[in-house]
Amino acid sequence: MGTSSEPAARAGADVASTTSGGDSTLLPELVAHLRERRTQLREEWARRITEAGLLTAMTSDEVFNEATSVYDNYVEALETGSVEALEEYARSLSERIIPRGVETYEVLGIVLLLRDVLARSLFEKYQHDFELLLRVLDAYEPAANRIALTVAVGFVEERERVIRQQQEAIRDLSTPVLQVRERLVILPIIGALDSQRARQLTEQLLRSIRTNRAKVVVIDITGVPEIDSTVANHLVQTVDASRLMGANVIITGLSAEIALTLVTLGVDLSKVNAVGDLQGGIEEAERLLGYEVIRSQPADQR
Amino acid sequence: MPLGRIRIVISTDADIVVARRSGRELADQIGCSHTDATLVATAISEVARNIVTHAGRGEIIISPVDEGTGEHTAVEVVARDEGPGIPDVERAMEDGYSTGRGLGLGLPGARRLMDTFEITSEVGVGTTVVMRKRRST
Amino acid sequence: MAVPILKQGDYLIATIQSAMTDSEAEQLRDDLMERIGRYRSRGIIVDITALDVMDSFAARSLRNIAHMTLLRGADTVVVGMQPEVAFAMVQLGLTFEDVHTALDLEEGLAFLDARTGR
Repeated sequence: MGTSSEPAARAGADVASTTSGGDSTLLPELVAHLRERRTQLREEWARRITEAGLLTAMTSDEVFNEATSVYDNYVEALETGSVEALEEYARSLSERIIPRGVETYEVLGIVLLLRDVLARSLFEKYQHDFELLLRVLDAYEPAANRIALTVAVGFVEERERVIRQQQEAIRDLSTPVLQVRERLVILPIIGALDSQRARQLTEQLLRSIRTNRAKVVVIDITGVPEIDSTVANHLVQTVDASRLMGANVIITGLSAEIALTLVTLGVDLSKVNAVGDLQGGIEEAERLLGYEVIRSQPADQR
Repeated sequence: MPLGRIRIVISTDADIVVARRSGRELADQIGCSHTDATLVATAISEVARNIVTHAGRGEIIISPVDEGTGEHTAVEVVARDEGPGIPDVERAMEDGYSTGRGLGLGLPGARRLMDTFEITSEVGVGTTVVMRKRRST
Repeated sequence: MAVPILKQGDYLIATIQSAMTDSEAEQLRDDLMERIGRYRSRGIIVDITALDVMDSFAARSLRNIAHMTLLRGADTVVVGMQPEVAFAMVQLGLTFEDVHTALDLEEGLAFLDARTGR
Protein backbone atom coordinates (compact mmCIF):
# COMPACT_ATOMS: atom_id res chain seq x y z
CA MET A 1 0.00 0.00 0.00
CA GLY A 2 1.69 3.12 1.22
CA THR A 3 -0.35 5.38 -1.03
CA SER A 4 -1.69 7.25 1.94
CA SER A 5 1.77 8.57 2.68
CA GLU A 6 1.73 10.63 -0.49
CA PRO A 7 2.05 14.33 0.31
CA ALA A 8 -1.28 15.99 -0.22
CA ALA A 9 -4.35 15.00 -2.13
CA ARG A 10 -4.53 17.39 -5.05
CA ALA A 11 -7.49 18.51 -7.11
CA GLY A 12 -9.04 15.75 -9.15
CA ALA A 13 -6.99 13.08 -7.44
CA ASP A 14 -8.53 9.72 -7.93
CA VAL A 15 -9.34 8.18 -4.59
CA ALA A 16 -10.53 4.88 -6.05
CA SER A 17 -7.21 4.31 -7.81
CA THR A 18 -5.44 4.25 -4.46
CA THR A 19 -7.39 1.12 -3.57
CA SER A 20 -5.88 -0.92 -6.38
CA GLY A 21 -4.60 -3.41 -3.82
CA GLY A 22 -8.13 -4.01 -2.51
CA ASP A 23 -11.34 -5.22 -4.01
CA SER A 24 -12.97 -2.60 -6.24
CA THR A 25 -16.44 -4.08 -5.77
CA LEU A 26 -16.26 -3.46 -2.05
CA LEU A 27 -16.37 0.35 -2.16
CA PRO A 28 -19.97 0.60 -3.45
CA GLU A 29 -21.07 -1.81 -0.71
CA LEU A 30 -19.23 0.23 1.85
CA VAL A 31 -20.77 3.48 0.60
CA ALA A 32 -24.24 1.94 0.74
CA HIS A 33 -23.63 0.91 4.34
CA LEU A 34 -22.49 4.40 5.34
CA ARG A 35 -25.51 5.98 3.65
CA GLU A 36 -27.86 3.60 5.42
CA ARG A 37 -26.38 4.37 8.84
CA ARG A 38 -26.08 8.10 8.12
CA THR A 39 -28.28 9.39 10.95
CA GLN A 40 -26.69 7.28 13.67
CA LEU A 41 -23.10 7.68 12.55
CA ARG A 42 -23.44 11.40 12.09
CA GLU A 43 -24.84 11.78 15.60
CA GLU A 44 -22.14 9.55 17.02
CA TRP A 45 -19.52 11.69 15.31
CA ALA A 46 -21.00 15.00 16.51
CA ARG A 47 -21.13 13.58 20.04
CA ARG A 48 -17.47 12.58 19.92
CA ILE A 49 -16.51 16.02 18.61
CA THR A 50 -18.18 17.61 21.64
CA GLU A 51 -16.64 15.05 24.00
CA ALA A 52 -13.17 15.73 22.64
CA GLY A 53 -13.69 19.46 23.27
CA LEU A 54 -13.24 20.35 19.60
CA LEU A 55 -14.94 23.24 17.76
CA THR A 56 -15.86 24.92 21.04
CA ALA A 57 -16.13 28.22 19.23
CA MET A 58 -19.22 26.92 17.43
CA THR A 59 -22.72 26.19 18.76
CA SER A 60 -23.89 22.56 18.83
CA ASP A 61 -26.34 23.31 16.00
CA GLU A 62 -23.54 24.66 13.88
CA VAL A 63 -21.36 21.67 14.67
CA PHE A 64 -24.18 19.35 13.69
CA ASN A 65 -24.84 21.18 10.41
CA GLU A 66 -21.20 21.15 9.42
CA ALA A 67 -20.91 17.54 10.52
CA THR A 68 -23.77 16.64 8.21
CA SER A 69 -22.17 18.40 5.24
CA VAL A 70 -18.76 16.91 5.91
CA TYR A 71 -20.30 13.46 6.33
CA ASP A 72 -22.16 13.64 3.01
CA ASN A 73 -19.20 15.07 1.17
CA TYR A 74 -17.01 12.41 2.71
CA VAL A 75 -19.23 9.54 1.59
CA GLU A 76 -19.56 11.11 -1.84
CA ALA A 77 -15.77 11.31 -2.17
CA LEU A 78 -15.56 7.64 -1.24
CA GLU A 79 -18.18 6.81 -3.86
CA THR A 80 -16.98 8.90 -6.80
CA GLY A 81 -13.29 8.60 -6.02
CA SER A 82 -12.91 12.33 -6.67
CA VAL A 83 -11.92 14.72 -3.91
CA GLU A 84 -12.67 17.80 -6.01
CA ALA A 85 -16.06 18.54 -4.47
CA LEU A 86 -14.61 17.86 -1.04
CA GLU A 87 -11.71 20.25 -1.69
CA GLU A 88 -14.19 22.93 -2.65
CA TYR A 89 -16.22 22.26 0.47
CA ALA A 90 -13.09 22.23 2.65
CA ARG A 91 -12.16 25.64 1.29
CA SER A 92 -15.56 27.19 1.99
CA LEU A 93 -15.69 25.52 5.40
CA SER A 94 -12.28 27.00 6.20
CA GLU A 95 -13.40 30.43 5.07
CA ARG A 96 -16.33 30.22 7.45
CA ILE A 97 -14.55 28.84 10.49
CA ILE A 98 -11.17 30.59 10.36
CA PRO A 99 -12.65 33.94 11.43
CA ARG A 100 -14.26 32.08 14.35
CA GLY A 101 -10.83 31.14 15.61
CA VAL A 102 -10.96 27.42 14.79
CA GLU A 103 -7.46 25.95 14.99
CA THR A 104 -5.68 23.47 12.74
CA TYR A 105 -5.65 20.73 15.39
CA GLU A 106 -9.44 20.95 15.67
CA VAL A 107 -9.99 20.47 11.96
CA LEU A 108 -7.52 17.58 11.88
CA GLY A 109 -9.14 16.20 15.02
CA ILE A 110 -12.68 16.11 13.67
CA VAL A 111 -11.68 14.52 10.38
CA LEU A 112 -9.68 11.82 12.16
CA LEU A 113 -12.64 11.23 14.51
CA LEU A 114 -14.94 10.74 11.53
CA ARG A 115 -12.47 8.26 10.09
CA ASP A 116 -12.51 6.36 13.40
CA VAL A 117 -16.30 6.43 13.78
CA LEU A 118 -16.77 5.04 10.29
CA ALA A 119 -14.03 2.43 10.73
CA ARG A 120 -15.69 1.19 13.92
CA SER A 121 -18.99 0.88 12.15
CA LEU A 122 -17.28 -1.22 9.50
CA PHE A 123 -15.72 -3.41 12.22
CA GLU A 124 -19.15 -4.01 13.68
CA LYS A 125 -20.69 -4.92 10.37
CA TYR A 126 -17.95 -7.22 9.14
CA GLN A 127 -16.58 -8.68 12.38
CA HIS A 128 -18.13 -12.07 11.62
CA ASP A 129 -15.84 -12.47 8.58
CA PHE A 130 -12.28 -11.46 9.38
CA GLU A 131 -11.01 -11.94 5.79
CA LEU A 132 -13.76 -9.75 4.41
CA LEU A 133 -13.14 -7.13 7.10
CA LEU A 134 -9.49 -6.90 6.09
CA ARG A 135 -10.45 -6.35 2.46
CA VAL A 136 -13.01 -3.75 3.42
CA LEU A 137 -10.37 -1.89 5.44
CA ASP A 138 -7.90 -2.17 2.55
CA ALA A 139 -10.44 -0.38 0.40
CA TYR A 140 -11.48 2.12 3.06
CA GLU A 141 -8.24 3.22 4.72
CA PRO A 142 -6.31 4.79 1.83
CA ALA A 143 -9.41 6.60 0.62
CA ALA A 144 -10.20 7.82 4.13
CA ASN A 145 -6.65 9.01 4.71
CA ARG A 146 -6.65 10.85 1.44
CA ILE A 147 -9.87 12.60 2.35
CA ALA A 148 -8.48 13.57 5.76
CA LEU A 149 -5.42 15.02 4.07
CA THR A 150 -7.51 16.96 1.59
CA VAL A 151 -9.56 18.63 4.29
CA ALA A 152 -6.54 19.38 6.50
CA VAL A 153 -4.42 20.75 3.66
CA GLY A 154 -7.36 22.82 2.41
CA PHE A 155 -7.70 24.34 5.85
CA VAL A 156 -4.00 25.08 6.27
CA GLU A 157 -3.76 26.64 2.80
CA GLU A 158 -6.73 28.86 3.47
CA ARG A 159 -5.27 29.89 6.82
CA GLU A 160 -1.95 30.74 5.21
CA ARG A 161 -3.74 32.80 2.60
CA VAL A 162 -5.59 34.73 5.30
CA ILE A 163 -2.35 35.29 7.24
CA ARG A 164 -0.57 36.58 4.14
CA GLN A 165 -3.45 38.92 3.42
CA GLN A 166 -3.41 40.24 6.97
CA GLN A 167 0.35 40.74 6.89
CA GLU A 168 0.00 42.86 3.77
CA ALA A 169 -2.81 44.85 5.29
CA ILE A 170 -0.81 45.46 8.46
CA ARG A 171 2.22 46.47 6.47
CA ASP A 172 0.21 49.04 4.52
CA LEU A 173 -1.44 50.35 7.64
CA SER A 174 1.69 50.55 9.68
CA THR A 175 3.58 53.15 7.68
CA PRO A 176 1.33 56.08 6.96
CA VAL A 177 3.06 59.18 5.68
CA LEU A 178 1.03 62.21 6.65
CA GLN A 179 1.21 65.63 5.15
CA VAL A 180 0.52 68.10 7.96
CA ARG A 181 1.40 71.30 6.19
CA GLU A 182 2.55 72.35 2.80
CA ARG A 183 6.08 70.95 2.34
CA LEU A 184 6.01 69.08 5.67
CA VAL A 185 5.31 65.36 6.07
CA ILE A 186 5.29 63.25 9.21
CA LEU A 187 6.10 59.58 9.41
CA PRO A 188 5.00 58.14 12.75
CA ILE A 189 6.47 54.67 13.16
CA ILE A 190 4.57 52.42 15.51
CA GLY A 191 5.59 48.90 16.48
CA ALA A 192 8.69 46.82 15.96
CA LEU A 193 10.90 47.56 12.98
CA ASP A 194 12.56 44.83 11.00
CA SER A 195 14.71 45.11 7.95
CA GLN A 196 11.90 44.52 5.49
CA ARG A 197 9.57 47.02 7.08
CA ALA A 198 12.32 49.59 7.42
CA ARG A 199 13.09 49.30 3.73
CA GLN A 200 9.45 49.58 2.75
CA LEU A 201 9.06 52.58 4.97
CA THR A 202 12.06 54.27 3.39
CA GLU A 203 10.72 53.71 -0.12
CA GLN A 204 7.31 55.02 0.85
CA LEU A 205 8.78 58.10 2.51
CA LEU A 206 10.98 58.90 -0.50
CA ARG A 207 8.03 58.66 -2.86
CA SER A 208 5.95 60.90 -0.67
CA ILE A 209 8.73 63.49 -0.52
CA ARG A 210 8.37 63.75 -4.26
CA THR A 211 4.58 63.71 -4.45
CA ASN A 212 4.15 66.20 -1.59
CA ARG A 213 7.18 68.27 -2.58
CA ALA A 214 8.23 67.91 1.04
CA LYS A 215 11.07 70.05 2.29
CA VAL A 216 11.04 68.76 5.84
CA VAL A 217 10.29 65.25 7.11
CA VAL A 218 9.61 64.45 10.76
CA ILE A 219 10.13 60.77 11.62
CA ASP A 220 8.61 60.03 15.00
CA ILE A 221 9.80 56.82 16.60
CA THR A 222 8.08 57.20 19.97
CA GLY A 223 6.15 54.02 19.19
CA VAL A 224 9.18 51.90 18.39
CA PRO A 225 10.04 49.63 21.33
CA GLU A 226 13.60 48.75 20.37
CA ILE A 227 16.16 49.06 17.65
CA ASP A 228 19.06 46.87 16.55
CA SER A 229 22.07 47.89 14.51
CA THR A 230 20.54 46.81 11.18
CA VAL A 231 17.44 48.88 11.73
CA ALA A 232 19.49 51.80 13.06
CA ASN A 233 21.52 51.77 9.87
CA HIS A 234 18.30 51.70 7.85
CA LEU A 235 17.20 54.82 9.68
CA VAL A 236 20.47 56.55 8.90
CA GLN A 237 20.07 55.54 5.25
CA THR A 238 16.56 56.96 5.26
CA VAL A 239 17.94 60.26 6.51
CA ASP A 240 20.69 60.22 3.87
CA ALA A 241 18.34 59.33 1.01
CA SER A 242 15.84 62.02 2.02
CA ARG A 243 18.62 64.56 2.06
CA LEU A 244 19.73 63.45 -1.42
CA MET A 245 16.27 64.35 -2.62
CA GLY A 246 16.58 67.75 -0.99
CA ALA A 247 14.54 67.21 2.18
CA ASN A 248 15.61 67.78 5.80
CA VAL A 249 14.88 65.04 8.29
CA ILE A 250 14.07 65.55 11.95
CA ILE A 251 13.85 62.49 14.17
CA THR A 252 11.70 62.71 17.28
CA GLY A 253 10.80 60.41 20.14
CA LEU A 254 14.16 58.72 20.63
CA SER A 255 13.78 57.09 24.02
CA ALA A 256 16.67 56.96 26.48
CA GLU A 257 17.01 53.20 25.83
CA ILE A 258 17.15 53.61 22.08
CA ALA A 259 19.56 56.54 22.39
CA LEU A 260 21.81 54.36 24.53
CA THR A 261 21.58 51.50 22.04
CA LEU A 262 22.49 53.77 19.15
CA VAL A 263 25.46 55.23 20.99
CA THR A 264 26.61 51.78 22.12
CA LEU A 265 26.32 50.42 18.58
CA GLY A 266 28.40 53.31 17.33
CA VAL A 267 25.81 54.38 14.76
CA ASP A 268 26.94 57.61 13.12
CA LEU A 269 24.32 60.11 14.18
CA SER A 270 26.26 63.25 13.36
CA LYS A 271 23.91 64.06 10.50
CA VAL A 272 20.73 63.23 12.35
CA ASN A 273 18.72 66.18 13.57
CA ALA A 274 17.01 64.86 16.69
CA VAL A 275 14.35 66.69 18.67
CA GLY A 276 12.85 65.40 21.93
CA ASP A 277 9.20 64.93 21.09
CA LEU A 278 6.87 65.14 18.12
CA GLN A 279 5.56 68.57 19.08
CA GLY A 280 9.08 69.97 19.29
CA GLY A 281 9.86 68.29 15.99
CA ILE A 282 6.96 69.96 14.24
CA GLU A 283 7.93 73.33 15.73
CA GLU A 284 11.48 72.87 14.47
CA ALA A 285 10.12 71.87 11.06
CA GLU A 286 7.96 74.98 10.92
CA ARG A 287 10.96 77.09 11.80
CA LEU A 288 12.93 75.51 8.95
CA LEU A 289 10.05 76.17 6.59
CA GLY A 290 9.88 79.79 7.74
CA TYR A 291 6.51 79.54 9.43
CA GLU A 292 5.80 81.49 12.55
CA VAL A 293 3.01 80.17 14.69
CA ILE A 294 1.24 82.84 16.69
CA ARG A 295 -1.48 82.01 19.12
CA SER A 296 -4.60 84.03 18.47
CA GLN A 297 -5.87 85.86 21.57
CA PRO A 298 -8.48 84.14 23.65
CA ALA A 299 -11.94 85.54 22.98
CA ASP A 300 -12.44 87.08 26.45
CA GLN A 301 -9.37 89.28 26.08
CA ARG A 302 -10.49 90.92 22.89
CA MET B 1 7.38 36.52 -25.68
CA PRO B 2 9.68 34.25 -23.71
CA LEU B 3 12.40 35.96 -21.75
CA GLY B 4 15.87 35.08 -22.82
CA ARG B 5 19.40 35.86 -21.83
CA ILE B 6 21.05 38.98 -23.12
CA ARG B 7 24.74 39.23 -23.87
CA ILE B 8 26.45 42.58 -24.14
CA VAL B 9 30.05 43.07 -25.18
CA ILE B 10 31.64 45.66 -22.94
CA SER B 11 34.49 47.78 -24.25
CA THR B 12 33.46 51.43 -24.01
CA ASP B 13 31.54 53.60 -21.57
CA ALA B 14 28.58 53.62 -23.96
CA ASP B 15 28.34 49.83 -23.52
CA ILE B 16 27.93 50.37 -19.78
CA VAL B 17 24.80 52.39 -20.48
CA VAL B 18 23.44 49.67 -22.80
CA ALA B 19 24.13 46.94 -20.22
CA ARG B 20 22.41 48.72 -17.36
CA ARG B 21 19.43 49.58 -19.50
CA SER B 22 19.06 45.90 -20.51
CA GLY B 23 19.28 44.87 -16.86
CA ARG B 24 16.57 47.32 -15.87
CA GLU B 25 14.29 46.10 -18.66
CA LEU B 26 14.69 42.45 -17.70
CA ALA B 27 14.09 43.24 -14.02
CA ASP B 28 10.92 45.10 -15.03
CA GLN B 29 9.78 42.17 -17.14
CA ILE B 30 10.04 39.60 -14.36
CA GLY B 31 8.03 41.87 -12.07
CA CYS B 32 10.69 43.54 -9.91
CA SER B 33 9.67 46.81 -8.28
CA HIS B 34 10.91 50.06 -9.77
CA THR B 35 13.33 50.35 -6.86
CA ASP B 36 14.74 46.84 -7.32
CA ALA B 37 15.13 47.43 -11.07
CA THR B 38 17.12 50.57 -10.24
CA LEU B 39 19.34 48.61 -7.84
CA VAL B 40 20.03 46.01 -10.55
CA ALA B 41 20.84 48.69 -13.13
CA THR B 42 23.19 50.45 -10.71
CA ALA B 43 25.01 47.23 -9.79
CA ILE B 44 25.45 46.39 -13.49
CA SER B 45 26.86 49.86 -14.05
CA GLU B 46 29.50 49.23 -11.37
CA VAL B 47 30.64 45.81 -12.60
CA ALA B 48 30.59 46.95 -16.22
CA ARG B 49 32.77 49.93 -15.38
CA ASN B 50 35.11 47.59 -13.57
CA ILE B 51 35.56 45.72 -16.87
CA VAL B 52 36.18 48.89 -18.91
CA THR B 53 38.61 50.31 -16.37
CA HIS B 54 40.66 47.24 -15.52
CA ALA B 55 40.34 44.79 -18.40
CA GLY B 56 39.42 47.08 -21.29
CA ARG B 57 37.11 44.47 -22.69
CA GLY B 58 34.72 41.79 -21.51
CA GLU B 59 31.10 40.76 -21.52
CA ILE B 60 27.98 40.94 -19.42
CA ILE B 61 25.30 38.28 -19.59
CA ILE B 62 21.93 39.04 -18.04
CA SER B 63 19.41 36.22 -17.63
CA PRO B 64 16.07 35.58 -15.97
CA VAL B 65 16.31 32.80 -13.37
CA ASP B 66 13.76 30.28 -12.18
CA GLU B 67 14.79 29.37 -8.65
CA GLY B 68 12.55 26.33 -8.52
CA THR B 69 9.12 27.95 -8.47
CA GLY B 70 8.30 27.48 -12.15
CA GLU B 71 8.54 31.17 -12.94
CA HIS B 72 11.25 33.75 -13.31
CA THR B 73 11.81 35.25 -9.89
CA ALA B 74 15.35 36.57 -10.14
CA VAL B 75 17.77 38.34 -12.43
CA GLU B 76 21.26 36.92 -12.76
CA VAL B 77 24.14 39.04 -13.99
CA VAL B 78 27.43 37.50 -15.04
CA ALA B 79 30.29 39.91 -15.72
CA ARG B 80 33.35 38.29 -17.26
CA ASP B 81 36.66 39.54 -18.54
CA GLU B 82 40.03 38.16 -19.50
CA GLY B 83 41.90 41.08 -18.06
CA PRO B 84 44.81 41.23 -15.62
CA GLY B 85 42.76 39.81 -12.74
CA ILE B 86 42.68 41.02 -9.15
CA PRO B 87 45.63 39.96 -6.97
CA ASP B 88 43.79 40.45 -3.68
CA VAL B 89 40.06 39.88 -4.11
CA GLU B 90 39.33 40.29 -0.42
CA ARG B 91 40.93 43.68 -0.37
CA ALA B 92 39.17 44.71 -3.59
CA MET B 93 35.87 44.02 -1.83
CA GLU B 94 36.68 46.49 0.94
CA ASP B 95 35.10 49.92 0.76
CA GLY B 96 37.37 52.66 -0.46
CA TYR B 97 39.92 50.41 -2.12
CA SER B 98 40.38 51.67 -5.63
CA THR B 99 42.92 51.47 -8.37
CA GLY B 100 40.60 52.93 -10.97
CA ARG B 101 38.69 56.13 -11.38
CA GLY B 102 35.73 55.45 -9.12
CA LEU B 103 35.22 56.03 -5.44
CA GLY B 104 36.42 52.54 -4.60
CA LEU B 105 32.82 51.59 -3.98
CA GLY B 106 32.27 49.74 -7.26
CA LEU B 107 32.46 46.06 -6.37
CA PRO B 108 31.59 46.23 -2.67
CA GLY B 109 28.78 48.63 -3.57
CA ALA B 110 27.41 46.23 -6.20
CA ARG B 111 27.46 43.49 -3.58
CA ARG B 112 25.31 45.63 -1.28
CA LEU B 113 22.80 46.30 -4.04
CA MET B 114 22.28 42.65 -4.96
CA ASP B 115 21.04 39.62 -3.01
CA THR B 116 23.92 37.35 -3.93
CA PHE B 117 27.37 38.24 -5.18
CA GLU B 118 30.29 35.96 -6.01
CA ILE B 119 33.61 36.97 -7.46
CA THR B 120 36.44 34.79 -8.73
CA SER B 121 39.63 36.22 -10.11
CA GLU B 122 42.98 34.90 -11.19
CA VAL B 123 45.95 37.07 -12.02
CA GLY B 124 46.67 36.93 -15.74
CA VAL B 125 43.49 35.00 -16.48
CA GLY B 126 40.61 37.30 -15.68
CA THR B 127 37.72 38.08 -13.37
CA THR B 128 34.17 36.77 -13.18
CA VAL B 129 31.38 38.23 -11.09
CA VAL B 130 28.07 36.37 -10.69
CA MET B 131 25.30 38.23 -8.88
CA ARG B 132 21.57 37.91 -8.44
CA LYS B 133 18.62 40.00 -7.40
CA ARG B 134 15.37 38.34 -6.39
CA ARG B 135 12.00 39.84 -6.98
CA SER B 136 10.75 40.91 -3.57
CA THR B 137 7.41 39.49 -2.59
CA MET C 1 25.18 63.61 -26.80
CA ALA C 2 26.47 66.53 -24.76
CA VAL C 3 24.54 67.71 -21.71
CA PRO C 4 22.69 70.94 -22.57
CA ILE C 5 23.67 73.93 -20.43
CA LEU C 6 21.37 76.90 -20.13
CA LYS C 7 22.47 80.30 -18.88
CA GLN C 8 19.88 82.02 -16.76
CA GLY C 9 20.99 85.29 -15.19
CA ASP C 10 23.83 84.60 -12.82
CA TYR C 11 23.25 80.86 -12.94
CA LEU C 12 24.00 77.95 -15.23
CA ILE C 13 21.47 75.15 -15.51
CA ALA C 14 22.65 71.74 -16.78
CA THR C 15 19.98 69.17 -17.58
CA ILE C 16 21.26 65.60 -17.52
CA GLN C 17 19.58 62.96 -19.70
CA SER C 18 18.85 59.41 -18.61
CA ALA C 19 21.75 57.73 -20.36
CA MET C 20 24.76 59.79 -19.44
CA THR C 21 28.03 58.09 -20.27
CA ASP C 22 31.28 58.60 -18.39
CA SER C 23 32.77 60.73 -21.15
CA GLU C 24 29.65 62.90 -21.27
CA ALA C 25 29.99 63.42 -17.52
CA GLU C 26 33.59 64.55 -17.96
CA GLN C 27 32.57 66.74 -20.87
CA LEU C 28 29.91 68.35 -18.69
CA ARG C 29 32.49 69.15 -16.03
CA ASP C 30 34.79 70.82 -18.55
CA ASP C 31 31.93 72.73 -20.22
CA LEU C 32 30.66 74.02 -16.90
CA MET C 33 34.10 75.13 -15.79
CA GLU C 34 34.66 76.93 -19.05
CA ARG C 35 31.31 78.74 -18.90
CA ILE C 36 31.53 79.63 -15.24
CA GLY C 37 34.60 81.62 -16.16
CA ARG C 38 33.15 83.07 -19.30
CA TYR C 39 29.84 84.22 -17.75
CA ARG C 40 31.16 84.82 -14.24
CA SER C 41 28.28 82.70 -12.98
CA ARG C 42 27.51 82.61 -9.28
CA GLY C 43 25.74 79.30 -9.16
CA ILE C 44 25.20 76.04 -10.99
CA ILE C 45 22.11 73.86 -10.96
CA VAL C 46 22.54 70.30 -12.15
CA ASP C 47 19.09 68.87 -12.87
CA ILE C 48 19.11 65.05 -12.65
CA THR C 49 15.34 64.51 -12.79
CA ALA C 50 15.75 62.30 -15.86
CA LEU C 51 18.74 60.35 -14.56
CA ASP C 52 17.69 56.79 -13.72
CA VAL C 53 21.02 55.39 -12.52
CA MET C 54 23.55 57.15 -10.32
CA ASP C 55 26.58 54.92 -9.95
CA SER C 56 29.81 55.70 -8.16
CA PHE C 57 31.37 57.26 -11.24
CA ALA C 58 28.48 59.63 -11.91
CA ALA C 59 28.41 60.52 -8.22
CA ARG C 60 32.11 61.28 -8.24
CA SER C 61 31.71 63.43 -11.35
CA LEU C 62 28.96 65.50 -9.74
CA ARG C 63 30.96 65.85 -6.56
CA ASN C 64 33.97 67.02 -8.54
CA ILE C 65 31.84 69.60 -10.30
CA ALA C 66 30.54 70.86 -6.95
CA HIS C 67 34.05 71.09 -5.44
CA MET C 68 35.57 72.77 -8.48
CA THR C 69 32.69 75.24 -8.64
CA LEU C 70 33.28 76.12 -5.02
CA LEU C 71 36.95 76.80 -5.75
CA ARG C 72 35.82 79.15 -8.49
CA GLY C 73 33.67 81.08 -6.05
CA ALA C 74 30.27 79.70 -6.94
CA ASP C 75 27.78 77.20 -5.52
CA THR C 76 26.41 74.02 -7.03
CA VAL C 77 23.08 72.45 -6.21
CA VAL C 78 21.94 69.07 -7.54
CA VAL C 79 18.17 68.92 -8.03
CA GLY C 80 15.47 66.43 -8.95
CA MET C 81 16.90 63.14 -7.73
CA GLN C 82 14.31 60.37 -8.11
CA PRO C 83 13.29 58.37 -5.01
CA GLU C 84 14.66 55.08 -6.44
CA VAL C 85 17.95 56.71 -7.37
CA ALA C 86 18.32 58.15 -3.86
CA PHE C 87 17.56 54.74 -2.38
CA ALA C 88 20.09 53.00 -4.64
CA MET C 89 22.73 55.60 -3.86
CA VAL C 90 22.60 55.08 -0.11
CA GLN C 91 22.58 51.30 -0.60
CA LEU C 92 25.68 51.70 -2.69
CA GLY C 93 27.25 53.69 0.13
CA LEU C 94 27.15 57.14 -1.46
CA THR C 95 25.81 60.04 0.59
CA PHE C 96 26.97 63.17 -1.24
CA GLU C 97 27.66 64.81 2.09
CA ASP C 98 29.33 67.92 0.77
CA VAL C 99 27.01 68.51 -2.16
CA HIS C 100 23.90 70.67 -1.85
CA THR C 101 20.66 69.06 -3.00
CA ALA C 102 17.15 70.35 -3.60
CA LEU C 103 13.87 68.80 -4.61
CA ASP C 104 13.47 70.40 -8.01
CA LEU C 105 14.55 73.29 -10.23
CA GLU C 106 12.37 75.79 -8.41
CA GLU C 107 13.84 74.82 -5.03
CA GLY C 108 17.32 74.86 -6.50
CA LEU C 109 16.87 78.43 -7.72
CA ALA C 110 15.51 79.46 -4.32
CA PHE C 111 18.51 77.85 -2.64
CA LEU C 112 20.99 79.69 -4.85
CA ASP C 113 19.14 82.97 -4.36
CA ALA C 114 19.41 82.53 -0.60
CA ARG C 115 23.09 81.61 -0.82
CA THR C 116 24.01 84.52 -3.02
CA GLY C 117 21.96 86.88 -0.89
CA ARG C 118 19.28 87.87 -3.37
